[in-house]
Amino acid sequence: MSTDAPEKADVGVGDYQFGFHDSTDNYEFKSRKGLDREIVGQISEMKNEPGWMRDFRLRSLEIFESRPMPNWGGDMADLNFDDIFYYMKAAKGQERSWDDVPEDIRKTYDRLGIPEAEKKYLAGVKAQYESEVVYGSLQEDLAKQGVLFTDTDSALRDHPEIFREHFAKIIPPEDNKFAALNSAVWSGGSFIYVPPGVNIDFPLQAYFRINSQNMGQFERTLIIVDEGASAHYVEGCTAPTYSSDSLHSAVVEIVVKRGGRFRYTTIQNWSSNVYNLVTKRAMAYGDSLMEWVDGNLGSKLTMKYPAIYLMEPGARGETLSIAFASKGQHQDAGAKMVHCAPHTSSRIVSKSISKDGGRGSYRGLVKVEDGAHHCKSNVVCDALILDPQSKSDTYPYIEVEEQDVAIEHEASVSKIAEEQLFYLMSRGLTEAEASAMIVTGFIEPLVKELPMEYAVEMNRLIELQMEGSVG
Amino acid sequence: MSSLLKITDLHVSVADTPILKGVNMEIRQGEIHALMGPNGSGKSTLAYALAGHPNYEITGGTIEIDGVNITELEADERARLGMFLAFQYPVVIPGVKVADFIRHAISNIRNPDRKEGEGLVGMREFRKEIKARMEELGMDVEFARRYLNDGFSGGEKKRMEILQMAMLQPKFAILDETDSGLDSDAVRVVSEGLAKLSGPEMGVLIITHHERLLEYNPPKYTHVMLGGRIVETGDASLAHDLHANGYAKIRERHPEAAADNAQAEAASV
Repeated sequence: MSTDAPEKADVGVGDYQFGFHDSTDNYEFKSRKGLDREIVGQISEMKNEPGWMRDFRLRSLEIFESRPMPNWGGDMADLNFDDIFYYMKAAKGQERSWDDVPEDIRKTYDRLGIPEAEKKYLAGVKAQYESEVVYGSLQEDLAKQGVLFTDTDSALRDHPEIFREHFAKIIPPEDNKFAALNSAVWSGGSFIYVPPGVNIDFPLQAYFRINSQNMGQFERTLIIVDEGASAHYVEGCTAPTYSSDSLHSAVVEIVVKRGGRFRYTTIQNWSSNVYNLVTKRAMAYGDSLMEWVDGNLGSKLTMKYPAIYLMEPGARGETLSIAFASKGQHQDAGAKMVHCAPHTSSRIVSKSISKDGGRGSYRGLVKVEDGAHHCKSNVVCDALILDPQSKSDTYPYIEVEEQDVAIEHEASVSKIAEEQLFYLMSRGLTEAEASAMIVTGFIEPLVKELPMEYAVEMNRLIELQMEGSVG
Repeated sequence: MSSLLKITDLHVSVADTPILKGVNMEIRQGEIHALMGPNGSGKSTLAYALAGHPNYEITGGTIEIDGVNITELEADERARLGMFLAFQYPVVIPGVKVADFIRHAISNIRNPDRKEGEGLVGMREFRKEIKARMEELGMDVEFARRYLNDGFSGGEKKRMEILQMAMLQPKFAILDETDSGLDSDAVRVVSEGLAKLSGPEMGVLIITHHERLLEYNPPKYTHVMLGGRIVETGDASLAHDLHANGYAKIRERHPEAAADNAQAEAASV
C-alpha cells in the first residue's frame, strides 16, 4: 500500500488543502452533461434497479422540473442544471479492502486520512467517490449483532422490505425542488439499520468526495435506529477546487424509534465552488434522542436546515450548528424543530463566523403543533463577525399553535472586540494567534460535544481558515 | 546588569485628546515604584500606553527597555521583551481555557523566536509549573480548566492576573489598581502574591488608590501624577502622606497641572 507523502504543489489554492483532484480517464462510466428522462433511465439501468424505483425516479424528475427555484436563501443565479454531470462511476464496485480500491482513489483517501482513522477509532467506514461507494467496512461483531451498514444502492437490492418501508417516507420528492432532484438521480449514500437494544460505541464514518469538474453528487442516506438502540454517524466531505461549479444535493432520512439515541455529525469542508443544497430530516419517537451536530465550512453556498420531527411524548431533539463563511461563501444554515406531540423538547445552538466578506445566516424554525402541550424549546444563536466586509443575518421563525409551551430564543452578534485582542496580545500572542484563539473559544461549546478526534479536526480546520487572515 | 525601563517625555492621546503631557520615569529591575494621583490624572493611560494598546496613541517621547525603543512595537512584541500589565478590568474570553491560554502565552514569551504553529511548552512540565504557582497563590487548581475570566468574581480575576504574571515572569510589571474593588482578604492574597513574585528580577509599577498593597510591597519611589504629568517624586513616606492627607497640597503646589486635571476629570464624567 502506498504511503507516499501528499504532494503539496497541486493544492495551491488559497488556504483550502483538499483542492487537488485525480484524472477521470479510467472511469467506468460518465453520463453526458444535463438532465432528462434518458439520463434518469440510464442511471436506473446502470444500477439494475426494480421497476418501482425507476418509476419513482421519473416521477421525481417531473416534480423537479415543475418546481420553481426557491426565491429565498442564497443566490443560485449561476447554478446551471444543464452544465452538470449527474452520474459518474469511477470504479467497478465497492471493495472491502483498501488494497483493491483503484490506486488514484485510494491515494486520495490516504491523503484525507480515512484508512488511518478507520484503524484507530471507527466502527465502520463508507467511502463515496463521485456517485458510487468505492469502499465499505463494518466491524465483524456489529455485523453479527444484525447491524447493517451498506451503501444505499446495495440496501435496495439486499434488504428490499425494510428499505421500501422507510425510503422517501420522511422526505418525499414533493418536499422541495432539491429533494425532488435527489430523488430522480440519487446514487450512493449510507444505509444503516441498528437492531433493538444494540449500542454502537464507536462512530460509523462516511466520507463523500467529489473529484470531477461540474460534478453533481446526490447521495441518499437512510438510517433506522430501532427501539433502545444507539449509534453515532459521522460524515465528512471535500472536493477539488475548480473555476466552474459543482453541485452537492443530498437527502438524509432518519428514524429513531422509541428509546433510541442517534447522533449525526457532519464536518463538511467543500471547496468554494460547490453548491451544497441538502435536505436532512429525522423522526424521533417516544423517549428517544436525536442530535444533529453540523459543522459547515467551505462551499460557495450552503443551504441546510437539519430537521427533527418530535413524534411522541418524551422525544428530544438537539441541533448544534457551526458555520464558517469565508471569502465568496454564503452559509445559510440552521435547524428545524417540529413538536408534533406533547412533552417533547428541543434545543438549537447555532454559532456562525464570517470573515473576508463571507456571509453567515442562521435560518431556523421552531413549530409547535396543536395539541403538543408542555413542550420546551430553547434556541441560542450567536454570530461572530471578524471584519467590516463580512456579514451575518438571523431569520428565526416560530410557529406555535398551542398555549402551554415554553419557547426561548436568544440571539447575539459580536465582533471580535479590540479589548479581547489587546488582552491576549499583551500576553505575547500575535494578532493572528489571538484572533484564532477567540474564534476557537467562540465555537468551543460545540466542539467539546465532538469525539476527541473530530474536535481536533474541527479546530485544525478553523485554524487553517484563520491562517493569514489578519494583516 | 539589571534591565531598565525608561520613559522619556511621553505624550499620549486618546481619540485625539491629549492625556499624557510629558511623562518621565525610570524603573530598574528589582525596584518597586508607586504611581498615585487623583481620578483623571492619566495613571491608567500610562499603563495602557506602556503595554501598547492601539487606541492610546503616542504622539511624542519614547519608551525604551535597555536602550531598545519599543514605542512603535505591538503589544505582543513588547510582552516578548518583558512588559506585563495586570489589568484593572481583566477581559473575559469565552471558551478559551485558562491553561491553554497561559501555555500558549509562555511558549511565545520564553521562546521569542517561536513561529506560529510551532511546538508549545511541554504539557507535563507546564502542568507541574502552573499547579505549583496556583497553589502558592491559594487558587483552586480547577481554575486552569475554566474559561478565561468567564464568570470569575472580582477577586478571582485579579488573582488570575497575578497568576499570569507569575507564569510569564516579566522584567517589568505594571499593576493597574489590582487592589481596587476587592475585600480585605482578597487584597491580602494579591499583596502577598506580588511580594513573593517581585524580587531582583522584576521592576514593578503599582498604580493604586489604597495603601494596603504598598504595605506588603513598600515602594522605593512614589510618583504623583496630576494633569497628565509626574509632578512630584518621593519615597514610601510620600505615598503614606497622600493616603493620610489627600491631594489638596499637591494641587496647591502645581496649579497648572491641577487645572488640567480638573478639566480631564470633568470631561470623563
